[in-house]
Amino acid sequence: MKRLFKNMLPYWKSVLIILLLLTLKAVGDLALPEYTSNIIDTGIINSGVEHILPEKITEKSFDSAKLFMTEKEIKLFEDIYEKDGNCYNLTVTDEKTLKKLDDKFIVPIMMDYALSKKSSEEFKDMVPENMSDLPMDNPQTMALIKEKILEFREEAEKEIDKVGTDTLMSTGIAYAVEKDKEANIDVNAIQTNYLWTAGFNMLMIALLIAVAEITVGFFASRVGAGIGMNLRRKVFKNVVGYSNNEIDKFSTASLITRTTNDVQQVQNISIMVLRMALYAPIIGIGGVIKVFNTGASMAWVIGLALLLITGIVGVLMAIAMPKFKLVQTLVDRINLVAREILTGIPVIRAFKREDKEEQRFDDANVALTKNMLFTNRVMTFLSPAMMLIMNGISVLIVWVASGFISEGTMQVGEMTAFITYAMQIVMSFLVLTMMSIMLPRAAVAANRIEEVIETESTLNNKENAVDLPECKGVVEFKNVSFKYQNAESNVIENVSFRAEPGKTTAIIGSTGSGKSTLVNLIPRLYDVTEGAITVDGRDIRDITMKSLREKIGYVPQKGILFSGTIESNIRFGNKNATDEEVEKSAQIAQATEFIESKYDKYNSPIAQGGSNVSGGQKQRLSIARAIAKKPQIYIFDDSFSALDMKTDADLRKALKENVKDSTVIIVAQRISTIMNAEQIIVLDEGKIAGMGTHKELLKNCEEYLEIAKSQLSASELEKEAQ
Amino acid sequence: MSNHSRPPRGGHGPRGPMAVEKAKDFKGSIGKLIKYMGRYKFAIVIVGLCAVASTVFSVVSPKVLGEATTELAKGIMSKIQGTGSIDLGLIGQILLFVLCLYLVSALFQFIQGWIMTGVTQKVCYRMRRDISEKINRMPMKYFESRTYGEVLSRITNDVDTLGMGLNQSITQIITSVCTIIGVMIMMLTISPLMTLIAIIILPVSAFLLGLIVKHSQKYFKTQQEYLGKINGIVEETYGGHLIIKAFNKEEETIENFDDTNKVLYKSAWKSQFLSGMMHPAMMFVGNIGYAAVALSGGLLAINGVIQIGDIQAFIQYVRNFTQPIQQISQVINQVQSMAAASERVFEFLNEEEEQQTVENPVSLGEVKGEVKFDHVKFGYSEDKIIVKDFSADISQGQKIAIVGPTGAGKTTMVKLLMRFYDVNSGAITIDGHNIKDFNRRELRDAFGMVLQDTWLFKGTIMENIRYGRLDATDAEVIAAAKAAHADRFIRTLPNGYDMELNEDASNVSQGQKQLLTIARAILADNPILILDEATSSVDTRTEVRIQKAMNNLIKGRTSFIIAHRLSTIKDADLILVMKDGDIVEQGTHTQLIEKKGFYAELYNSQFCNAS
Repeated sequence: MKRLFKNMLPYWKSVLIILLLLTLKAVGDLALPEYTSNIIDTGIINSGVEHILPEKITEKSFDSAKLFMTEKEIKLFEDIYEKDGNCYNLTVTDEKTLKKLDDKFIVPIMMDYALSKKSSEEFKDMVPENMSDLPMDNPQTMALIKEKILEFREEAEKEIDKVGTDTLMSTGIAYAVEKDKEANIDVNAIQTNYLWTAGFNMLMIALLIAVAEITVGFFASRVGAGIGMNLRRKVFKNVVGYSNNEIDKFSTASLITRTTNDVQQVQNISIMVLRMALYAPIIGIGGVIKVFNTGASMAWVIGLALLLITGIVGVLMAIAMPKFKLVQTLVDRINLVAREILTGIPVIRAFKREDKEEQRFDDANVALTKNMLFTNRVMTFLSPAMMLIMNGISVLIVWVASGFISEGTMQVGEMTAFITYAMQIVMSFLVLTMMSIMLPRAAVAANRIEEVIETESTLNNKENAVDLPECKGVVEFKNVSFKYQNAESNVIENVSFRAEPGKTTAIIGSTGSGKSTLVNLIPRLYDVTEGAITVDGRDIRDITMKSLREKIGYVPQKGILFSGTIESNIRFGNKNATDEEVEKSAQIAQATEFIESKYDKYNSPIAQGGSNVSGGQKQRLSIARAIAKKPQIYIFDDSFSALDMKTDADLRKALKENVKDSTVIIVAQRISTIMNAEQIIVLDEGKIAGMGTHKELLKNCEEYLEIAKSQLSASELEKEAQ
Repeated sequence: MSNHSRPPRGGHGPRGPMAVEKAKDFKGSIGKLIKYMGRYKFAIVIVGLCAVASTVFSVVSPKVLGEATTELAKGIMSKIQGTGSIDLGLIGQILLFVLCLYLVSALFQFIQGWIMTGVTQKVCYRMRRDISEKINRMPMKYFESRTYGEVLSRITNDVDTLGMGLNQSITQIITSVCTIIGVMIMMLTISPLMTLIAIIILPVSAFLLGLIVKHSQKYFKTQQEYLGKINGIVEETYGGHLIIKAFNKEEETIENFDDTNKVLYKSAWKSQFLSGMMHPAMMFVGNIGYAAVALSGGLLAINGVIQIGDIQAFIQYVRNFTQPIQQISQVINQVQSMAAASERVFEFLNEEEEQQTVENPVSLGEVKGEVKFDHVKFGYSEDKIIVKDFSADISQGQKIAIVGPTGAGKTTMVKLLMRFYDVNSGAITIDGHNIKDFNRRELRDAFGMVLQDTWLFKGTIMENIRYGRLDATDAEVIAAAKAAHADRFIRTLPNGYDMELNEDASNVSQGQKQLLTIARAILADNPILILDEATSSVDTRTEVRIQKAMNNLIKGRTSFIIAHRLSTIKDADLILVMKDGDIVEQGTHTQLIEKKGFYAELYNSQFCNAS
């Protein structure tokens, strides 16, 4: 998991920008519901009026408002209003002061408002009885009344506290709306104006969110693709530098998957992490903050939702996981049986085993279907359950909030906002849950990649390695032993021989006798475990690999070609080869006939891996490739096996004529291929069992004789022996 | 052997919806798929009904929930005016009702998912089974022009894609369409004017989506192309690692890789970026709709045309409106890859089949093994006849050798004999009966085969030998192994006859595998034998043993031997010499040597060397 994030380190600047932008987006995403709730609360319910003090108030109402005010309050009240005809205008426009004033005047205004709503009968019930009897126009009684009224106010204030501040505000605003209307202010205009402003603000925030998200997408894509590119490059470069030891350790197929699929997966996951996974905790935390700010004690509802989700996902995963893990095995099984059926068609038909094979396939098929059915059905629970939780939570919130609203400690709009925040928290939690299921899988890919990057080639140039100058090409093995990494015993045991220019050295032996391994040591595809190999008397480990390999023309067992043309393949080892040299090489390799028969001749395309030419043709082209290089040393690793006897013979004849001065080392299985070599080495279980010419070996090497017997008839052997 | 040579399909993560393969004949493929699913009509109808029901319930719910909010707001209003209070009882009832609606909706969604999963898995199962059975009825030539990977990918990848598509897209489409319709109806019942305003965002979204898709598609194509190229380079380089090293091409290869990698990077981030714009763009359009609806709703509420709770519900519907549009645009891609996959599967299932049985088939109790080629003419295609006019009369117990250079078409004769291919004209008869008059399986019963390609399956050695005759007892299997000189090595293996061969049977050597296939052929005990270069890839000591085993096998049977090494077939009763797909000479060894033709040249080239 750490590695997944480690890859992002070089991009810390971009990641930082992404984090900032995501925070910005989160702020926007969280503010958005507030604006929406404002549209409903203030814009619609409160007619766009935000404060309890009317903008304009009639004289009568102005005086009436003072009824429940203290002296101090009356003074302030008179200060902030300015007389305009028979109306008063509010002089304060500053939002902050207005808010303060809201708090100050809420009680007296509320009481005045409530009073105005009651009939005189009700009013009489409300006020202390002795008060109604008093004459109203006496200043003394007025003062007395005032005193009484303020007493009454204190009583009422206790009641009002129960109503809840939010309802109080709504009432106050309702008062302001009413007074504004009385004073002939177009309240609808205020409301429309408010709605437009709120709508515009909302759109601005939405735009901000969109811009932030798009910019995040920009950086995330670049970082993700960049991570992919760098990993791909690192892995590829490292693998190209590998020696056979490392390739064998990982296996080619695995290295290919690591460079392609695994890197692609890490790239995709990185983009996803940057875009979504990072956002989830940010919006989640933001949502939590907002939820606490609403002051509503409903956080437990969200807690409940998260608990339910964790529970359900946990249970479903626990049920389905074991079967999920089985899926790949079962798919592999079906693949295996299908592959066996396909590769075995002739045999299956010859033995009429179609029914048996169908049965075998059906068994695998049933197993897979059963398993898939189980996991998929378990998963069908997930979506409805999650939907139900989310919807259920909204319902629960409305129910709990109804109580609060009824008590007056909450407004409808706040409830709506709370639902939105709750959903945001739950969604971010869901994203994190999904991520926690996906990330470990990507982490596996990241680890597999890292493994390749961290593995160093075990075969490198020595520090003081020198370039090999012009060389004659004398190859000598001095007591060479070789053991594969982690193997118990030697593949090559104490082998010594000398291969000289102008001569052919052949190596023969049964499969597994170490022939190929032996010749692979010469171009340093592996290093000897003991002893030494010299070229012109110089230990090959003291020579730079590049200059050593320049001198060697290597033809592998399997013809390996590269996409391009026939010509580009022959020129592979020697870019500067002239057209004549290319043609000559092809001629020696007996490839001319089939090249000429192609429409584009030397320009004929070669598909990836040479899949559009036959095995024999591939081998001939790879021989031509080695010849075009004009090396001092030729190594043919069983390169003639895909050729028929005649082509084999012709090729060897042409080779003999054309590369007179080079050292030729041939590995072969057929005796006929090597009978005429100047020197034949018989390998048996990694040791030299005999060395000499064909005739000598027939006489004194039992292993050689055995091979010869199996390939030549008695009469031929007799002929040879004479 | 993994099928790593195919480019990876997608992968995980935010993948633009564009890099989708399209079916050549979309309608036809989907039509065939629907027909194929015909037997699940009933289940699918139920799925559809459930999807509709689930959607209806979930669409209605917000409106009802809105009623609760309206009731709340009403209560507050009356409370402010002092004329009443919030009716918690009524709200409670409404909420309980909403909860029930959600529950029912979830239940329907679940039932629909449950049934659809079942249908999907059954369809996938049947498809895989049909493909596997189809393989056995198809002519060999189909497989010779294709890689195994191609057929395999139909069984796994294509059926998989199809299953995923079926499972998700059908219900998704039903749900999305229902949601759109349902939401539209609900919105209309609240306010036709606001609905109109909300619907205006549809063409805007469509336009935006189209714009983004159009621009990013270009980069997706490049990305796909270069991903393929990169994979090609990687496979080739790793596969030819030895050669890259031996020819000092490391630097050049890395340079080449870097160039491609850079192009890939550019197209990758651009396609990701552009397709990633889809979400914010749609969200913004959604928000415009939201603002427009809130505004107009507010204005309408002033005039008392609608209730506050209705605005709230309406806003929820607007949110629900953009979502299904996005979903449909995603599902369309899935449907497209599903169509492409089903096209490939049905293409395969509709391939021409071999006639398995004939009317009035010949039935021979005991085949003697007299084979006659009567003016046989054959070509893999009409215009390329390779066997022009071949006649030969082979009596019981004779040994016939087929020789020739690589690629001369030696196996053609065998394929004709076993009716993997049919002759163009002329006839091949066994014991006097034309092979076309046999049921294929009965005909093949006459032949035993040992091929160069030693096909064994994952299973025990005992099972593999018994494959030759399923009702053979253990003792008979062991006797066959003894005759094939295989008994001794089998007993040295861990678990002996019960040893499990692994996937590529790589836990026994090539020579040992060959011996097992011979044992299998011995057990099968067929009157006519075909041995195809059976000893070409083994070392000499094993070869001697195999040779002995084969001599045991061919005793008293008519046998056809395809040989690499001429020394082994000199005693054949008839040698057929093939070159470039044609039989150029025939006769016994002595006759052919005397003729000094191609055979003689071939024979001598083995020994006379270039020097």
